[in-house]
Amino acid sequence: MIGYEFLYLLAGGFFALWAVLSLRDARPGNAAFWGVLAASFFFGSHLSDFANGLLVLVLVGIAGAGWVKRSTPATTTPQEREISAARLGNRLFLPALIVPVTAVAGTLLYNYTPLAETGLFEARRETLVLFGIGVLVALAASIAWLRPPIAAPAEEGRRLLDSIGWAAILPQMLAALGAVFALAGVGDIIGGLAGAAIPEGSVLLTVVVFALGMAGFTMIMGNAFAAFPVMAAAIGIPLLVEQYGGNPAVIGAVGMLAGFCGTLLTPMAANFNIVPAALLELKDQNAVIRQQVGTAVPLWACNVVIIYVGAFLLWS
Amino acid sequence: MSYWPLMGIALVVIGFALRFNPLLVVVGAAVATGLLAGLDGVAVVEALGKAFNDNRYISVTWIILPVIGLLERYGLQQRARAVIAGMRGATMGKLLIAYLGFRQITAALGMKDIGGHPQAVRPLVAPMAEAAAEQSHGELAEAERDQVKAMAAATDNVGLFFGEDIFFAIASILLIQGVFEAAGYPLTPLQLSVWAIPSAICAFVIHAWRIRSLDRRIGSARA
Repeated sequence: MIGYEFLYLLAGGFFALWAVLSLRDARPGNAAFWGVLAASFFFGSHLSDFANGLLVLVLVGIAGAGWVKRSTPATTTPQEREISAARLGNRLFLPALIVPVTAVAGTLLYNYTPLAETGLFEARRETLVLFGIGVLVALAASIAWLRPPIAAPAEEGRRLLDSIGWAAILPQMLAALGAVFALAGVGDIIGGLAGAAIPEGSVLLTVVVFALGMAGFTMIMGNAFAAFPVMAAAIGIPLLVEQYGGNPAVIGAVGMLAGFCGTLLTPMAANFNIVPAALLELKDQNAVIRQQVGTAVPLWACNVVIIYVGAFLLWS
Repeated sequence: MSYWPLMGIALVVIGFALRFNPLLVVVGAAVATGLLAGLDGVAVVEALGKAFNDNRYISVTWIILPVIGLLERYGLQQRARAVIAGMRGATMGKLLIAYLGFRQITAALGMKDIGGHPQAVRPLVAPMAEAAAEQSHGELAEAERDQVKAMAAATDNVGLFFGEDIFFAIASILLIQGVFEAAGYPLTPLQLSVWAIPSAICAFVIHAWRIRSLDRRIGSARA
């Protein structure tokens, strides 16, 4: 039965390779960071919780000390890229399409045919496992088609990975924070407080408070990912899902999108809102946000309606 | 009931707002929350280790990078720019609406690095929008020029944010899955990502309407 463990070994292999290449490139900080992450992927399932906790502390220590840096692996020049883009045309998009097509078509095929009875994939893990398989197929197809130098796929991957840096594990760390919040009973405490503040039984008002909290915390922190575990633990799960019996998939997915509306409104999300104003040499550094307000506010309201209708009216 | 564990939430908010390294903020908040909830130091490290380990699948998404990097090596970005450049000749409104749709669809298919401010907006989308607006309305005043360029950047953001979550293997979707799974609600990535579609449609309609009204407003300022 294929499940997450297959993906962990696969990803562990990728991270280990990137660690070796970083070491060869004389970047010990990057090598240590990706190496420890590879160890977590390879051995995490067999280590004690405490040992895994130590790995987390080491990763955060390396990142916090500023030892994970950008890298500049050899790649093609812009001129070479122009030439090959003109030669290859729109076929360049095709290998990238292999991944979602494999995963989505594979999931549908697996779940709606007798294949599911074979128990080939672990329950609920099939899409992500098929994503991993899709990546391998896309990689093999690209290599067979483009015939790059042997180290190119790994080095091009490292170029992109190092441009993301330690932020690559931020979503995983935030999910871990959500789990610690759950363990510490944060949801119960806020659920109690909010339950007292929001009139009993008003589902719509609770949805509004949830979506407002997502957008508001996102604006303060500049990051909807960080707002999510907070608002899910506070209102999304204890009140909307548990007390009012809403559909968790809608509350989670659309709640995150309500947060994205907040991202459109805040100078804290500098990469999206402030950097482009500078790149475009706009006089007002908030000019991009000004153009986004008129979209973000009605869109936020749409998200409230989608949660209310999708998670409650259609669900019950 | 003690309210002390809520300090963890305050730490996340303050730490992010003050721009400390987000990984340090998150782990600091997790440790503080655990300790304030009455766990001892070892138990906190164990809880953190278990939670991080259980959520490894979120970081599995990075295995797609060699595919994207390899295609970039052979001109993926340049090809995307050629597609965008092919939208030339339309009005500013039509151009930006076409770019909005292109950005949403490619992001929904997992190609969220096609487009972006340094790669596409500055060299391509903003100058093209400016040229199209001048074509239909004549010389732009400086404030109008800035509005058009800012709208081009805004269009890239809206297209990305309200397209990317339709792709299931993206960190935000798996983060949602992880948080709900830890709370005892197992979900699948596709179950979540289909619910990004209604918002994506709303985003397209609302933002397309706003692009059109900017185009019209600039036109009517001259009438």
